[in-house]
Amino acid sequence: MVVDLDTCTGCEACVVACHAENNIPTAGPDEAARGRAMHWLRVERYWEGEFPNARLKFRPVLCQQCDAAPCESVCPTYASHHTDEGLNAQVYNRCIGTRYCANACPYNVRFFNFYNPTWDKPLHLQFNPDVSVREVGVMEKCTFCVQRIKAAEVTAESEKREIKDGELKPACAQTCPASAIVFGDLNDPESKVSQLWSSGRGEKLLEEVGAQPKIVYLKRQAMA
Amino acid sequence: MSEYADTLTADLLRPILQTSWRFWTLAFLLACVVALGVGAFAYQVDRGIGVWGLNNPVFWAFDITNFVFWIGISHAGTLISAILRLVNAEWRRPVTRCAEVITVFALMIGAMFPIVHLGRPWLFFWLTPYPSERLIWPNFRSPLVWDFFAISTYLTGSSLFLYLPTIPDFALVRDKTTGVRRRVYSILALGWTGTTKQWHRLESAMQIMAIAIVPVAVSVHTIVSFDFSMAPVPTWHSTIFGPYFVAGAIFSGIAALIIAMAGLRKFLHLEKYLHPVHFENLGKLLLMMSLLWGYFVFAERLTTWYGNEGSEMTVFWQTQRLSYAPLFWTMVTVNFIVPVFILSFKRLRTIAGCVTASFGVVVGMWLERFLIIVPAISHKYLAYSWGHYRPRTPEILLLIATFGAMVMFYVLFSKIVPIISIWEMKIGQHPQLAHEPRSADEKATMWRTEP
Repeated sequence: MVVDLDTCTGCEACVVACHAENNIPTAGPDEAARGRAMHWLRVERYWEGEFPNARLKFRPVLCQQCDAAPCESVCPTYASHHTDEGLNAQVYNRCIGTRYCANACPYNVRFFNFYNPTWDKPLHLQFNPDVSVREVGVMEKCTFCVQRIKAAEVTAESEKREIKDGELKPACAQTCPASAIVFGDLNDPESKVSQLWSSGRGEKLLEEVGAQPKIVYLKRQAMA
Repeated sequence: MSEYADTLTADLLRPILQTSWRFWTLAFLLACVVALGVGAFAYQVDRGIGVWGLNNPVFWAFDITNFVFWIGISHAGTLISAILRLVNAEWRRPVTRCAEVITVFALMIGAMFPIVHLGRPWLFFWLTPYPSERLIWPNFRSPLVWDFFAISTYLTGSSLFLYLPTIPDFALVRDKTTGVRRRVYSILALGWTGTTKQWHRLESAMQIMAIAIVPVAVSVHTIVSFDFSMAPVPTWHSTIFGPYFVAGAIFSGIAALIIAMAGLRKFLHLEKYLHPVHFENLGKLLLMMSLLWGYFVFAERLTTWYGNEGSEMTVFWQTQRLSYAPLFWTMVTVNFIVPVFILSFKRLRTIAGCVTASFGVVVGMWLERFLIIVPAISHKYLAYSWGHYRPRTPEILLLIATFGAMVMFYVLFSKIVPIISIWEMKIGQHPQLAHEPRSADEKATMWRTEP
């Protein structure tokens, strides 16, 4: 995945889309004030400089699907593990809630179900049937919309072809009005994501920690 | 000799053979405190971990602090008693058993927290390598699984280490009691009759355990420290954590031992057996560990500060000057400044002085564990996701209940088992043999001097 910080407007449509797609509970104001808001994808907002010369920076942060993920090695039950496709999977049924993965994650993108999930009405009427709801006591996080990946794989296989570039998008990328989020196959040198990845503007978040994240952020250039 | 042995036996068996209403009141009050903790846990299981003050990103706080703290306290007994036995320090005799008991109970309390803190505690057995029908094993790369093995080894080892030297005393109680008690104690005594052969076996078993338990104890707290040092979290990911945790554990363990001994001395009237010199010796040990602890904190802080790495410095200033500074400087005061001051002067190294210093150390070491865990995860890397932590009632109740449980177990144990090893005291009092290792033959004779 590539995220273009230059075109990101910080509108947070991706956050809403992620909530809707993945049946993420709404914490409510009291719990959010306790620091228990749950957003698999959040748009971090940083100010640079002092008013009136202040500059606002947005950075959408989600699970970086690390290749050397610290969350995976510390999980005692393999609830957090690496799939053959290179995804960081979280098996909710296997999670016993040690929360060690969340402490080990440098990006703080793993979330804990402090209570059984609740939704503000009428959100309880719009669950996505392809995504399981998580019970109290388990960790959850961005899956790169694994249900969409699986669906695209099944479709492509039934039509005896490869998945086309751009055919498959996670909810955040699909929703982004500025097309700042691009998802695709890095192994395909022709794909849009590969070209952006190697454009020279790319940087990885907290690369020095050594988790080998799989999301590249394109550096901001415009001074707007 | 025989007269002395009589008073000794009578004094040390009195708590077992006589029970006053004061004991029952105390036991009831302590059970109430423990019940509060059990209630808090039941409430948490019913509602979810949300009843605690944890949040994103502070996923561990009181729970893991209690875990590390109590495992630390458990280093009092076994380690101290094993070392004192190995060097054959004479003054150890009345001290060893009350130290070994601390180990077993503190371990039991500490080892509960990895289960209590789970989001779904009813599935704790997934941490163990049990033969599951789906052939799923625990993840052996996870330090939490290492913890499981380390703690279960230590608990088994220290229980044996406590049990072995108790066998002759169980036999003594068996011979002094009647009825149900006699039957229970004769099971516990494992058919001990005090033959030369039995003394031989007991001696070699204790020797083996004393040698084996030292590396186990050191490794246990090193592995507990790995829970932190293996994770890429600023100030956790440090090579000093192994020895730092072990030193802290022994430090807090000695403090707990001093407090326990002072309590026993006062409430069981053991002034004749627990002398000021025992407190003075342990006070000296505590002083040495306080200096060692101060050195470790200094080394850890200095290397972080000198390295000046951005994310580490964020956590560093949080503890040094910002939100956690009051706790940090309290810790330095009660763990280092006060104990070093009190224990450096012979005039202050009295029982009261040692106990005062020890209470400070227990509080300080709890704070130390807390300050290692919480500031680091609440100020980890991306500033946008920083958070703060404030405990809520259920976790405070749990903390109080752990202390209640420790005292309760201790009080009940001293009702059932002679808290000072009677046979070891007798051997220590033998005029000719007091200062040299004794053969099993001689031990057998001495034990038999008691009718």
